[in-house]
Amino acid sequence: MKSCLVVDDSRVVRVVARRILEELRFEVVEAEDGREALERCREHMPDAILLDWNMPVMNGIEFLRTLRAAEGGAAPVVVFCTTERDLKHIREALAAGANEYIMKPFDSDIIADKFGQTGLI
Amino acid sequence: MTPAELDAVARTVRRECGLVLTPDKAYLVDSRLMPVARRWAKPSVEALARELMAPDPPRDLVREVVEAMVTNETFFFRDRKPFDQLKAFVLPRLLAARADRRVIRIWCAACSSGQEPYSIAMICKETPQLANWKVEIVGTDISTEILRQAEAGSYSQFEVQRGLPIQLLVKHFEQQGDRWQLDASIRSMVSFRQFNLLDPPDRLGTFDVVFCRNVLIYFDLPTKSGILGRIASVMAPDGVLYLGGAETVLGVSDRFQPVRTQQGVYELATPDARQGPVRMAAG
Repeated sequence: MKSCLVVDDSRVVRVVARRILEELRFEVVEAEDGREALERCREHMPDAILLDWNMPVMNGIEFLRTLRAAEGGAAPVVVFCTTERDLKHIREALAAGANEYIMKPFDSDIIADKFGQTGLI
Repeated sequence: MTPAELDAVARTVRRECGLVLTPDKAYLVDSRLMPVARRWAKPSVEALARELMAPDPPRDLVREVVEAMVTNETFFFRDRKPFDQLKAFVLPRLLAARADRRVIRIWCAACSSGQEPYSIAMICKETPQLANWKVEIVGTDISTEILRQAEAGSYSQFEVQRGLPIQLLVKHFEQQGDRWQLDASIRSMVSFRQFNLLDPPDRLGTFDVVFCRNVLIYFDLPTKSGILGRIASVMAPDGVLYLGGAETVLGVSDRFQPVRTQQGVYELATPDARQGPVRMAAG
């Protein structure tokens, strides 16, 4: 079973994402900001990370840059999932090492589609 | 809606485009025809249906009913695998076979709002060996309204998140408010034409690749085999046909045979390829 870390400061989003990902047969771990996500990654590097952009403490893009520079941090497939939907943000995310990008709102079809494109399912 | 009214709609649609309106799709009639009824100032969908029972209903009305009843469901790189096959198997074959003329013609039959021909165009654009080739992609659909949308190449956030990899969005689209506009270099590779699959396709020219995916499922057997026969008549002898995942030529048409190892891809059946008139794809 593949694992997915869901990083979002909204509990509602985490619950919805968990439900979708569990249906896609992922083992789900949650974090509510970038710093907590880094701790989860240190304990266990997930196969996939579904990542919000705007979060307190450490935002998504800072987390991604730190992750990609860390040991083993190149491995996870990172899919941004954010209300930021302009090209500038998307380009910045890709430059920082994101594999895919979801513009909220999202549903199970979009997650399945993006996870399929990146070879996760 | 009475069975007679429903039957009038079903018969019209079937006569005009071959689409079989099975009873389980009856629920669609109301919602799809409501806007048409409103445009024609009919008090109800039932009244609209009764108009279709008249000896000679207005052609524009018939056309709008048909256009409203056809399914326009599509998305970028739908099912992904056919496009991987195109890249890995079909294009390399054509690069070798057409090296002298450097022209490839591709037909997307029933292309709806254009995601399929544009997906193919993006693949061709990303194939460096095709840089000096002429790639002509023709998208056809029965609905002029949907072709207008296809030609515009403007998609919603929802549409660009179905099947389109983010790298291709960044590369080939521009953001315009909450819409995404496909750039001219991709759009110029595709031309759109109104075409009814019940008509002879000769005027479209000859094709090296035909995509006719998730279309045949809506037709009855004789209509399916008629369509496949007409497609065969405009294919280059070494051309290939793509059908949808739930579709096959087996038991439908003897003009095609499956390409071994390439699921969902068909080529002209050998006797036809040998005896039929030899035609090269020509613009």
